[in-house]
Amino acid sequence: MFKKLAIGAAFAIALTPAASYAAGGGEQHVEDFHFSFEGPFGTWDQNQLQRGLQIYTEVCAACHGLQYVPLRDLEALGYSEEQVIAYAADNFEVFDPELDDFRPAIPTDHFPANNGVGAPDLSLMAKARAGFHGPYGLGINQLVKGMGGAEYVASLLDGYTGEEKEEAGTILYENKAFPGGWISMAPPLSDEQLDFADGHANTVEAMSEDVSAFLMWAAEPKLMDRKNAGFVGVIFLTVLSVLLYLVNKRLWAPVKGRKH
Amino acid sequence: MSGIPHDHYEPKTNGEKWLHSRLPIVGLLYDTLMIPTPKNLNWMWIWGIVLTFCLALQIVTGIVLVMHYTPHVDMAFASIEHIMRNVNGGYMIRYLHMNGASLFFVAVYIHIFRGLFYGSYKAPREITWIIGMLIYLMMMGTAFMGYVLPWGQMSFWGATVITGLFGAIPFVGEAIQTWLLGGPAVDNATLNRFFSLHYLLPFIIAALVVVHIWAFHTTGNNNPTGVEVRRGSKADAEKDTLPFWPYFVIKDLFALAVILVVFWAIVGYMPNYLGHPDNYIEANPLVTPAHIVPEWYFLPFYAILRAFTGEVWVVQIASFVTGGIVDAKFFGVLAMFGAILAMALAPWLDTSSVRSGKYRPMFKWWFYLLIVDFFALMWLGAMPAEEPYATFSLIASAYWFGYFFVILPLLGVIEKPEVPPETIEEDFNAHYGKADADATPAE
Repeated sequence: MFKKLAIGAAFAIALTPAASYAAGGGEQHVEDFHFSFEGPFGTWDQNQLQRGLQIYTEVCAACHGLQYVPLRDLEALGYSEEQVIAYAADNFEVFDPELDDFRPAIPTDHFPANNGVGAPDLSLMAKARAGFHGPYGLGINQLVKGMGGAEYVASLLDGYTGEEKEEAGTILYENKAFPGGWISMAPPLSDEQLDFADGHANTVEAMSEDVSAFLMWAAEPKLMDRKNAGFVGVIFLTVLSVLLYLVNKRLWAPVKGRKH
Repeated sequence: MSGIPHDHYEPKTNGEKWLHSRLPIVGLLYDTLMIPTPKNLNWMWIWGIVLTFCLALQIVTGIVLVMHYTPHVDMAFASIEHIMRNVNGGYMIRYLHMNGASLFFVAVYIHIFRGLFYGSYKAPREITWIIGMLIYLMMMGTAFMGYVLPWGQMSFWGATVITGLFGAIPFVGEAIQTWLLGGPAVDNATLNRFFSLHYLLPFIIAALVVVHIWAFHTTGNNNPTGVEVRRGSKADAEKDTLPFWPYFVIKDLFALAVILVVFWAIVGYMPNYLGHPDNYIEANPLVTPAHIVPEWYFLPFYAILRAFTGEVWVVQIASFVTGGIVDAKFFGVLAMFGAILAMALAPWLDTSSVRSGKYRPMFKWWFYLLIVDFFALMWLGAMPAEEPYATFSLIASAYWFGYFFVILPLLGVIEKPEVPPETIEEDFNAHYGKADADATPAE
């Protein structure tokens, strides 16, 4: 169901001229991707999160850590305990001060940090970046379309123009979403780079979306719980407001007389 | 205690008499809760309850957060993520606390502007007003230090910029800044003392709230007409007032519930809307964010701080007169604190004989312009320090000071106010008609 919706959404984006999410001035362009978790009733697309985890593990993890995310939380992505144990042991080694040595990771460990090449940690990336806060700095766009962190990440990954330049010994790559337009990260994704167990599209755009959805989950794993709490609270407080309104009206009726 | 004449608590049973003769606490609670309140209070008088709720919410959620938070530069950021991911309900407690600060400031600004419009600051309520301003100052200090605790990029750089303001004080500034920070720069010592003070100040605020309430329970509430309750006899007073419980408690709780619907929707669906994404990046003294922007509730005064650059003639004169002691930076700091001081001085700057803005035809428009000015300053505070925003900021700041130091004193002389109703009862009956003669208020 969610997969169909996601594919439908992908098609919709591909077929229609996508709504621009960009700042005035035209330099930075953050595309308004449609994610399944958006809106008051949006939910995670579990298949998408699993694909995103695969992309993170096989591509991003080479340079980027995810140090605040406990591996055990992966059960929320639909994996069994055994699968999480196997995933942790197969993919990551952590330093254990008691052994004074590295050992395979277990679910109670976090994803390791990765400071190898100075790439930023991705645990909170989807909350540490945002879409367009305009117009005129008024925040109306974000009020309507959401903070746009996942949109920013997807736009960045899908935003390479193919241009390169060398500056002070570093190669910079032109990117439509990156502030300033030039980023030192080489394009990490290419078409058909990975194959997914669910047979989902593996274009750069599709993979950008998948890994961004995964990073949104990594940044805010309690997103669904929070929206549920929001929904229940709003309903409860609305009922309370109505009751208090009626009590108040009745209480004041004898005092206010009958002019109106 | 003076005040509006009303029935006091009479202990009836032997147990009540025993306690009352030793500690009249029930009587105190009774008198506080049953205080005669002008019956024509409108919906702008509900923000006191909202503010009290906010203080309680912040203290309760804050106490729980402290149980899981670690005030250390290497662990603070991670401990916040621990709260967000591992603590049961931690994400809600933290988002409630985070957005609770915003609700607190929404409420306090409306509360302050209500006071400015209806002349609640005027005699005999100056003490209530001054205590309120002290509470507001302490709220700003508390919010600022609380924002530093997650130890994100904005925490760190916000702390660096704001404590730098104290460094602008001539001669002793640098020493004061070092003393505040506990070292040459924002570091672990700063984080620890901010944590300590962030926990302390809310309780001082709570004490000041008690004094604030005590003060206006002595003078009686102001009301939309600005006409005082008749105090000649209990019968007269009862024509103008109703007891706080149940009339205003229920009314205020209804308003609070409606406000909480919106608040809860924000916490549940867009808890980071009012925050800044950069604060989800751990503090790094080596990387300065592109734009350092304070939280929205500081923006109006931040705009005033930045408005007075070295090119402004007032600043140049000040610098010349003081022989360079008051430079542009220090002038900005003085202007920012002066803007708050101007509000605190309102009781003595307003010369009008009529209290409520409702009956002041000229004042009204200047006041509405002040509200526009406040929002303009808020917007300008978030804009980059470049043209045309710099000029706009200067104009908006000038109006802020002009309102308090020129317009308020002058209006009292040149304005011809309308005549307010004789009594609160008259105003109330004009709105709602006279109550049935046989209808008695519920006990």
